[in-house]
Amino acid sequence: MRVVIAEDHALLRDGLTRILEAFGFEVVAVVDRGPDVLPTLTECKPDVAVLDVRLPPTFTDEGLQAAIAVRREVPGLPILVLSQHVEPLYARELLSDRRGGVGYLLKDRVSDVAQFIDGVRQVAAGGTVMDPEVVARLLDRSRPLDVLTAREREVLGEMAEGRSNAAIAARLFVTEKAVSKHINNIFTKLGLPPSEDDNRRVLAVLAYLDS
Amino acid sequence: MGGVETRGWIRDGLRAMAAGLLSIVLAVLNFPLFVLFLVSLVLTPVLGIGLVALPAVTALIRFKANLARRIAGWHGVTISRPYRPKPADVGPVGWKRYHWVITDPATWRDFAWLLPGAIGGLVLGTLTLALPAYGVEGIVLLPLWMYLAGEWSGYGVNWPVDSVGEGFLSMPQGLAFLALGLVVAPHLRRIEGLWSKLFLAPTRAAELRLRVTQLTTTRADTVDAQAAELRRIERDLHDGAQARLVSLGMTIGLAEELVERDPETARKLLSEARENSSTALVELRHLVRGIHPPVLAERGLDGAVRALALTSRIPTTVDSDLQGRLETPVESAAYFAVAEALANVQRHSAATFAYVSMHRHGDLLRLEVGDDGRGGADMAKGTGLAGMERRLAAFDGTMSVSSPPGGPTIVTMELPCASSSPRTMLSSGTD
Repeated sequence: MRVVIAEDHALLRDGLTRILEAFGFEVVAVVDRGPDVLPTLTECKPDVAVLDVRLPPTFTDEGLQAAIAVRREVPGLPILVLSQHVEPLYARELLSDRRGGVGYLLKDRVSDVAQFIDGVRQVAAGGTVMDPEVVARLLDRSRPLDVLTAREREVLGEMAEGRSNAAIAARLFVTEKAVSKHINNIFTKLGLPPSEDDNRRVLAVLAYLDS
Repeated sequence: MGGVETRGWIRDGLRAMAAGLLSIVLAVLNFPLFVLFLVSLVLTPVLGIGLVALPAVTALIRFKANLARRIAGWHGVTISRPYRPKPADVGPVGWKRYHWVITDPATWRDFAWLLPGAIGGLVLGTLTLALPAYGVEGIVLLPLWMYLAGEWSGYGVNWPVDSVGEGFLSMPQGLAFLALGLVVAPHLRRIEGLWSKLFLAPTRAAELRLRVTQLTTTRADTVDAQAAELRRIERDLHDGAQARLVSLGMTIGLAEELVERDPETARKLLSEARENSSTALVELRHLVRGIHPPVLAERGLDGAVRALALTSRIPTTVDSDLQGRLETPVESAAYFAVAEALANVQRHSAATFAYVSMHRHGDLLRLEVGDDGRGGADMAKGTGLAGMERRLAAFDGTMSVSSPPGGPTIVTMELPCASSSPRTMLSSGTD
């Protein structure tokens, strides 16, 4: 699988490259400045891109802005955004084009290599992976989505973190059938009509972030 | 407040008339104060009576002058208080108090105001009342005249009034005079306010002295707060992340030693080390957020407050017309003040809804945080509120809280600001 990495910090850049290559990814380009992200990605069209939020020259949220801009040019290009901190506001902006293939994780998560690689693969496959901290901060607020039961909220949280039905079933100690029943209930309650399943998952997560 | 405009001028006029009456009553009080001041001044050498009497009389005069300042404020004329702060070692009576009072130029300026102030109050107060009163006279004159059938001289332009028919003309004229009187009354009040200001406002020197006192206080507060903040950061780093990194190094070192002899333990140690490094990162992140939230650095006040609202437990709307970036310290002060206010809403208000509004009026940043909760917030009680005020004071900002029991609570903050480099904001079209 072809990957592009955008990260200005040399140590982290090398670390990411090493980890991804160890798991059989092909790192086709490495970018260390914000303005280079968009041209590189539109040219390489990798299977997945891993971007740092904060990049030179402004060191603000250039990576995030580039991610949003890229997906306007190349709709649905899978992008995993890494950040030193996570902000539900940014998660919402990333998902604003209502397509999958988006991830937003704390940089710390990279240290759990297996889980990180799993996240990259899910994003590449069009899934949505949100950092548990974003999910926790939204769950903590708990006021919206009052229509959902506690269990359904739990399932939605797991879904937001990018888990498959099987993975959710394993984590919550229920059958996969029960999980898909919960998910169907969630879709009904949030008023998401049946369509392509993956996209509905994104919409549900978005509703979750938006509410 | 809608629908008030039509009757607004009548209400304003009536209020001004009431204020005019009050001003006449108060003006009269200036005369005895004038006499008392002179007498106590003259009596100073006599048995030192003045030593006690003069400060007391001055206190009365100051009270009276402050009343005049406040009344001027009702009519849009703000007059700040010019008095020198009381030195620390001044007792209730004695030479030091006498000295403090008598050397303050404001004492003498107050004294100089007593007579002109009284005359101004009497003349302008009478004028305020006279015109509407004459109008009322014109309106009730006719029925009175017909009732008494007495002798009559005239009214307005009908002078003299010769017949009942002419008498009727006094009514429209009276109405016109009343209306004119009501319209003019607030302006007369304002003129009196300006007249008072001429005497009671601090001189340039006094103003500067007040400013220096105020700046000294806020600077001391800011320096204290900064020092406390630095101590907190140092302690957090020292006890938290730093200690964790040291133990991390030790664990990895040990794992390195064991990797060949006992790979199972080494693996356990390494995974422990990884967990420790995550914890250190979490601690650092919290620390950074407390110093300067990353989202504030990245998006400025507007984005940071929106991010705050998004994670608020109570549904919170943000209404803002801020463009570009503000100066970093102002941005930070404003952010932490809003964050504290929102935290208060979540902790104490039992509200179901909150809002933040942020607007700029020229060089003034106006922030408002409100909720529909149970109210009862008190600046004097909450340490959080007092802390916010101090934080804002360092930037010449002000804060006021309106929170009647039963709600709603509205915290209004104003900060002077000058926009620094205008930077284009997010234009991803997300909302």
